[in-house]
Amino acid sequence: MAKKVPVQVTLNGEERAEFVESGATLLNALRGRFGDTSPKGGCHQGTCGACSVIIDGELKLSCLTLAEACDGAEIVTTAGLATNSAMHPLQRAFAEGFAAQCGFCTPGMIMAAKALLDQKPDPTREDVIEALSGNICRCTGYEPIIQAVLAAAAASPHKAA
Amino acid sequence: MIRLAKEYFADQRDDDLKQLGQAFHRSDVPGHVTGKTNYFADRSFPGMLHLKMVRSPHHHARIRSIDTSEAEKHPGVARVLTHKDVPHNVYTILILIQIGPEDEQVLAADKVRWKGEAVVAVLADSERAAQEAAAKVKVDYEVLPAVLDMEAALKPGAPIVNEYHGQNYYRYDSGACRKVRFGDVEKGFAEADHILEQTYRSSPIEQAPAETTGCIVVPEGNDRFTCYTNTQALFFSLDNTSIILQMPGHKLRFVGGTVGGGFGGKVDVTTEPIAILASKLTGRPVSFIYSREEEMQVSSPRAAETIVIKDGVMNDGRIVARYVKGYTDAGAYSRHSPYGAQKGAAHYPGPYTIENVWADTYCVYTNRTPSSAMRGFGVTIADFALEVQMDKLARLIGMDPLEFRFINAYRDGDMKAHRQPTEGAALIECMQEASKAANWPVAEKYLRMSSYKGG
Amino acid sequence: MAIRRGRGVAAVNYPTGMNLGGDPSQALVHSTPTGNFMVTLSSVDLGQGLKQIMAQICAETIGVPAELVTIDTGDTDTGPHCMGTFASRGTHRIGNAVIQAATEARQVMLEVAAEELEVNASDLETDGTGNIHVKGAPQKAISIFDTALAAHFKRGRSISGRGMFLVPRSYPEVETGAMKPATCYAHACTVVEVDVDDETGEVTVVSVKNVFEIGRALNPRMVEQQLVGGSWMGLSHALYETTEPYYPNREHGGTDFNQYLMPGPGDLAETEIIVLERPAADGPYGAKGPGEMCANPQIPAVANAIFDAVGVRIDHLPITPERILRALRAQAAPAGA
Ligand code: FES
Ligand code: FES
Repeated sequence: MAKKVPVQVTLNGEERAEFVESGATLLNALRGRFGDTSPKGGCHQGTCGACSVIIDGELKLSCLTLAEACDGAEIVTTAGLATNSAMHPLQRAFAEGFAAQCGFCTPGMIMAAKALLDQKPDPTREDVIEALSGNICRCTGYEPIIQAVLAAAAASPHKAA
Repeated sequence: MIRLAKEYFADQRDDDLKQLGQAFHRSDVPGHVTGKTNYFADRSFPGMLHLKMVRSPHHHARIRSIDTSEAEKHPGVARVLTHKDVPHNVYTILILIQIGPEDEQVLAADKVRWKGEAVVAVLADSERAAQEAAAKVKVDYEVLPAVLDMEAALKPGAPIVNEYHGQNYYRYDSGACRKVRFGDVEKGFAEADHILEQTYRSSPIEQAPAETTGCIVVPEGNDRFTCYTNTQALFFSLDNTSIILQMPGHKLRFVGGTVGGGFGGKVDVTTEPIAILASKLTGRPVSFIYSREEEMQVSSPRAAETIVIKDGVMNDGRIVARYVKGYTDAGAYSRHSPYGAQKGAAHYPGPYTIENVWADTYCVYTNRTPSSAMRGFGVTIADFALEVQMDKLARLIGMDPLEFRFINAYRDGDMKAHRQPTEGAALIECMQEASKAANWPVAEKYLRMSSYKGG
Repeated sequence: MAIRRGRGVAAVNYPTGMNLGGDPSQALVHSTPTGNFMVTLSSVDLGQGLKQIMAQICAETIGVPAELVTIDTGDTDTGPHCMGTFASRGTHRIGNAVIQAATEARQVMLEVAAEELEVNASDLETDGTGNIHVKGAPQKAISIFDTALAAHFKRGRSISGRGMFLVPRSYPEVETGAMKPATCYAHACTVVEVDVDDETGEVTVVSVKNVFEIGRALNPRMVEQQLVGGSWMGLSHALYETTEPYYPNREHGGTDFNQYLMPGPGDLAETEIIVLERPAADGPYGAKGPGEMCANPQIPAVANAIFDAVGVRIDHLPITPERILRALRAQAAPAGA
């Protein structure tokens, strides 16, 4: 029996605590223990980006992050972006821009895009490309995803002013 | 990015549909963007076991012995499976459409025929325990000479890759290859102004879906098993599992249909039977999901192919004879390759009307990862070869490559090499539009052509 | 040493459905008491959007808005047999099965409406927004909602239908190969422009212009999704992808996305998609299967463009910088050296 350790986090604004196996990745802990399956395990080796989450404001690959190292951290995943069932502008832009096909890469893409827009609400196409370059998509050819991120930026509230 | 060129074939369509032709939003996409879509692995069950496969490190070897005793003692291990546990261990998936012989082992018994072949399945409480225990399985191998290239495989005296076939190629009812014979190629070559023979090759390609192949099996307690899977074909997987496990179909329930990409990579039946067997023998839920490394090197890729094309062409641009030999590297086992290779035969000579055609397509066995379906199965590499060859022929006779294709393009009513009249052709119109869109001018007479009969 | 531009073309066709046929699919359609429609399948959506397209096909056939149709798929306990999602068969085969099932359900629906309105079923038509009325007399109407309620609770009728589509299997003639591989074909012509760096062998795809003939664009944006993604995959196959870079040598195979190469978001070509629609005689509303074809023509077009740019032929996929450089070197070597 592997040793279990307590991990307390703020997950999408909610305080949560679970026992996880010592050495477990945050990806497996989120999916298996915390019941948040929005981060996907596309490779478990840090090369596809499907597991991307935001930890204390920074984009991280949850498959390369130890769950126990996140004790006390604030974690945001794609499952936590919608507020009162209203989609986040990025989610809306992906949906309206036909930027998801199988959808498996989508939560990771949205996390990478959110991390970008949080830092740079007004990104250039090059910024978007750079931000998405750790995320693999096999279906879309990327262009619709790039367009969706740009559209979400253009639609974001700070523009309204 | 997309433009519908409605001016073409307008006489064949009534554009009055209400629900179709509309760019409605996809009903599944809100789930995708909010992370709520349920893929097979987004489920976990209490007491779930993880399956890790011990795989062959050799391209070709005899198995002298398998010792699982240390692995069984490893903490967290629930069960270790070998070929002895599999009711019908030697199978082939296309047996369902009467394409035999059975030629592949679920778990290797006496021999391994490719590096990565499954030998022993280890089930443990955690992935880590399963992995650690798998490292403790001892398999004693006697390494045998491997055949890795198709040419060597087809040479007389080459080591036999797969004894179930008896020779290193698939034997069709037509013999060593699927054949297409149309007209008289020798006569065509004799008449031709030029003859060009070229060889094209490709290396294996991975489907690389974002989600790796896998399944989760739950015993329902009533001797039925629910298998959550990302197969591309639920009943095909169910029926093959039923054969392998000698378990009547009504005991199996396959659930899926929402998959993170396939591209042909999820049409083999490699995870479900063994996971269901493990669940049956342990009474516990079982998860068997390929690692990315397994997806890349163990799951079947698009086959490597070698294609030889010999054409006879006239100075006026007509191709008068086309001779093709296509070789598909199936790897060690058939899977879908006999099907793919013969799909190639049906595809030649491409979308062109040629009076004399000879095509032979071979499905060849080598000691490599079995290949199988991928997007464009049997056709993608054929098209690469055909269309590069077309470019070479055009340049050989000093003709514009696009105009050269117009001269040879098939039209309605033309007889194809496999003796079906052409129907619904549209190659000419595609080329006309491409000529305009790419600003690649062709002579006016080609812009006036049509795919319709006599056009 | 220079960047050289070249242009190449390729034209292809692609069969719809399993080679030689023999690949059935079934669908069941039924209405709920309030006139919503369920389509039950065992078909698999790999991401191409099969569920949405089947909903639109069912809705078109019954004569209701697509949002009233729910696709229930992926369970062998409830869904009838489907051969699977492969060989560009989904839209064509399953779509035809859905049309047949929906046609049968529509017929019952119209019969019930006819009884309610005391007219002949053959005199009725749907307006596509949820109502049934007498042809030429739109005021004599009943909603599908009320029709379904009547069917369930008053008339004891099941508004439902069964659909099955099978292209009979063809067996190739042994000596000649005479056979019927497919009933319809999609088409494409692609023109690619590349820049080749003759010092490094690196290829940049500048633009790719694809013309695809797909029978019928049942949902143009979804068609676009698949064709754009396919075009990307074609370029990726041409220039990057393999699990065995030194085939037939088995070494050096990639095991992750750092080693297995594909173009990323920073390596995209300017892509244009033009769609022609020549309806297939046996296609659902004319549709063919373009899902595989759309990734094919780019590969030879790239190879031909590279030749146009630097005058070397790479006849072995993928066309890597290494292969180009070797060919350039061989070309530059004095004859006989
Ligand atoms: S699962 Fe973390 S990068 Fe692929
Ligand atoms: S949508 Fe399928 S991998 Fe991106």
